[in-house]
Amino acid sequence: MAVAYVPTSAPAERHSLVSRLLEDERWLALALFLPTVVILGLFIAYPFVEGVLLAVTDAKVGVPGHFVGLNNFAKLWNDSIFQTAVWNTFWYTGVTTVFKLALGLWLALLLNRHFKGKAITRAFVLLPFIIPTVLSTFAWKWMFDPTFSVINWTLYRLGLIHGRINWLSDPDLAMISVIIVNIWRGVPFYAISLLAGLQTINPELQEAAAIDGARPWQRFWHVTWPLLLPVTMVVVLFSVIQTFADFQLVYVLTGGGPANATHLFATYAYQVGIGTGLLSEGAAISLAMFPVLLIVVVIQLLYIRRVETH
Amino acid sequence: MIEGAKWRRWVFFYIPLGVFVFVLLFPFYWMMVTTVRPDSELYRPWMAPNYTPFWTLHPTLEHIQYLLGETLFSTWMWNTLLISIVATIISVFCGLLAGYALSRLHFPFAGSLGTGIFITYLVPQTLLFIPLADIIRNFRLGDTPWALILTYPTFLIPFCTWLLMGYFKAIPRELEECARIDGATRWKAMVYIVFPVAVPGILSAGIFAFTLSWNEFIYALVFLSSPAQKTVPVGVTSELIRGDVFYWGPLMAGALLGSIPVAIIYSFFVEHYVAGVTGAVKG
Amino acid sequence: MARVLLHNLNKMFDGVHAVKDVNLEIRDKEFVVLVGPSGCGKTTTLRMVAGLESITSGDVLIGDTVVNNLPPMDRDIAMVFQNYALYPHMTVYDNMAFGLKMRKFERTEIGTRVQEAAEILGIQNLLKRKPRQLSGGQRQRVALGRAIVRHPRVFLFDEPLSNLDAKLRVQMRVELKKLHTRLNTTAIYVTHDQVEAMTLGDRVVVMRDGVVQQVGEPLELYNAPVNRFVAGFLGSPGMNFAAVRVSGEKDALRAHKPGFGIEVPPELAPRLAPYVERDVTIGIRPEDLHLSNGSDAAGLCFDAVVEVVEKLGSEILLDLQVGDQTMVAAVEPTVRAKRGDKLRFVVRPDRLHFFDKASEAAI
Repeated sequence: MAVAYVPTSAPAERHSLVSRLLEDERWLALALFLPTVVILGLFIAYPFVEGVLLAVTDAKVGVPGHFVGLNNFAKLWNDSIFQTAVWNTFWYTGVTTVFKLALGLWLALLLNRHFKGKAITRAFVLLPFIIPTVLSTFAWKWMFDPTFSVINWTLYRLGLIHGRINWLSDPDLAMISVIIVNIWRGVPFYAISLLAGLQTINPELQEAAAIDGARPWQRFWHVTWPLLLPVTMVVVLFSVIQTFADFQLVYVLTGGGPANATHLFATYAYQVGIGTGLLSEGAAISLAMFPVLLIVVVIQLLYIRRVETH
Repeated sequence: MIEGAKWRRWVFFYIPLGVFVFVLLFPFYWMMVTTVRPDSELYRPWMAPNYTPFWTLHPTLEHIQYLLGETLFSTWMWNTLLISIVATIISVFCGLLAGYALSRLHFPFAGSLGTGIFITYLVPQTLLFIPLADIIRNFRLGDTPWALILTYPTFLIPFCTWLLMGYFKAIPRELEECARIDGATRWKAMVYIVFPVAVPGILSAGIFAFTLSWNEFIYALVFLSSPAQKTVPVGVTSELIRGDVFYWGPLMAGALLGSIPVAIIYSFFVEHYVAGVTGAVKG
Repeated sequence: MARVLLHNLNKMFDGVHAVKDVNLEIRDKEFVVLVGPSGCGKTTTLRMVAGLESITSGDVLIGDTVVNNLPPMDRDIAMVFQNYALYPHMTVYDNMAFGLKMRKFERTEIGTRVQEAAEILGIQNLLKRKPRQLSGGQRQRVALGRAIVRHPRVFLFDEPLSNLDAKLRVQMRVELKKLHTRLNTTAIYVTHDQVEAMTLGDRVVVMRDGVVQQVGEPLELYNAPVNRFVAGFLGSPGMNFAAVRVSGEKDALRAHKPGFGIEVPPELAPRLAPYVERDVTIGIRPEDLHLSNGSDAAGLCFDAVVEVVEKLGSEILLDLQVGDQTMVAAVEPTVRAKRGDKLRFVVRPDRLHFFDKASEAAI
């Protein structure tokens, strides 16, 4: 039975103009990108430009502003609270990142082993990252409460302290408390991401190194760590941006206090811009974050480009 | 397993792991205990004797009842649910289309657009919230769910796009090529062939987007003012505190109940979350 | 009429000239194989016929129509991919029906066609399964079925057998040939495997670096290659090559190098005359080297030392040290030889090939 070519019996497809246009890669791409470009343009690009314009005026709530050049920034330069906020933000980002990386890495190495209940443990470990930050931060706030702190109670019972620890009302301790909560919240993200990276490393490499005589620490340093570097870089850069621009944690725990001691860029901008209604100055504070973020993103892009061309 | 003596296993593995898990989970435990602990026990100073902080012998539902009965908590839940779901749908839709375009099509400015989406990270919410508040008011969207539904996609779309790009890259091109030879237009091949195969990715993106929406705070804080419009994080923060007095019982109840929707989805889709995190990082 | 015509076809990728001025006519109902090493442009050419790659310059005609600007779905072709490209989320039936659904065929017509194709390929009992439940060979059949139901004007094959294991590949090769006879449709088949090319093609096109080297029936290419590349590409084990010097004069020419020398047969002498006192490349296929039984013309014999003996059962391959290089001889399985033996070999005068050393063209 020879199956010969038979002209298709289906009606010829008539292609509409739209259909033909969308066959072209370029028009199709345009159509696909349109909604995204509209949303991002309206709600990111436009406000950004507005923000820059705002920061060079003296607008307040209900009062349109006049152009004042870089006055706002000059004011900020001499503002001691702003200086504290700048220092705090860098300190906060730096310290938490180091700890999150170290602890996250340790946890990832632990989770990389095979043990019973591994899946459940991994699931539980990710919880601090899943639960809304504000809500879990409240739990910490309650745990830090000067009068009712469970942490104080435990330390007291263990005989390690004799008076109360003012976690949130002492300026230095408050900063430490905020850092602790940020680390607590960030470790799971680092751990799970680094775990994913670890799992792509061929175990045979470790075995070969062991046979070659390398001890665990050496194996880690010479085999695991270099292969983990790409994932680490991505995670760190991503996290640095998030931490630098953080708001929720400090807002809930201390509101920026005590006495403006724990302000970050974001919380101070909120206090000035929304709290006291000095819109333009608030916008200036927010904008002050931009240079640092720009540097970090550029580093990230350069790194990705370098990795891709390798 | 770690080779070697049993004690080594304990010292280097079980104990550190145990400490990690304990520290990471304790605050949630604390949330739960506080929610069901009666006020009389709650407000006992920590130095007082007979203080049993880690459990309670008289669990009560009064805080939860207060929360659901005397506050607008259920309204906040509803608001947050609505906003998160709609924002997620919009973002996954946009991310799906944009991700497909970036990973499958050749067109001018592809590189720049891809980088452009990445660059939106340069402008986090805390940088934009002040001018954006103005714009929202000008569009007459202030104090409505739409203020959030339309602005959340700004940080959800980039994430969804990368995630889905990763999934698309793993789908062989031949599938679409075959479909196109079979008689499908590019559009039909995309919708009938590529998208169905990318469903796990779509699920991951959706779940993640939902979680991130639920977690958002500053836009919700600044754009919404009337108590009935607020989302759970904002409502809990602003309405459960009178002056300087924190109503810890209802507060913790609110924190607990407010976490439940996300926790439920999480428990069903853990693998997708992990895939989402790893996908974003590797992609 | 479903012939395919490629006219001055060119393709540039980012400055790389992947396909250079390809001119080819594939006749109606013909099975043509494009063969060559990776990167030779055969797949790119196929994809241009399919409409999956844009054409830089030149024309592709299917039947009498120029199809350059037609999208794949309008060219009435079907393609079988190396990785089968089965839609993983659909059943076998839906996979095969997809193309017909896209063309808005009636459900009953679709059912008939799918059943028909399934019977031809012997996969009727697999129609409800999903691709992941099938073996490699079964998936390949489904891919074929999907192409068949469309009753296209031209079949395109992109290395369809490469992913199958050796035994299955041989089996499928035979089935493909039978299928082609039955379907009687024009087919263009791309492969890097010269055995597939030789066995499947009505005509074979050898390509290299984007340029068509030779077009012709398989045996024609095998026995009369136009250049060294084609000569070396077809046949396994490959042709032996040696750089030799031509010396002598008129009818008494010799091709020789240290350790090896033969008389140039009188029929070939005129062609080699311009090369006296120059180097050329000589090519001798392993199966054309026979053990001399002593009664052969001395001029056509040479000695060699056996280095390795490979017994394949159907034949024996002898790796020989000839002068300063190796040659391979394929001899009958009854030959007794061992490493270190010095043997005398004879070549048939009509089985010698000579190539210009610089241009590599056949002399």
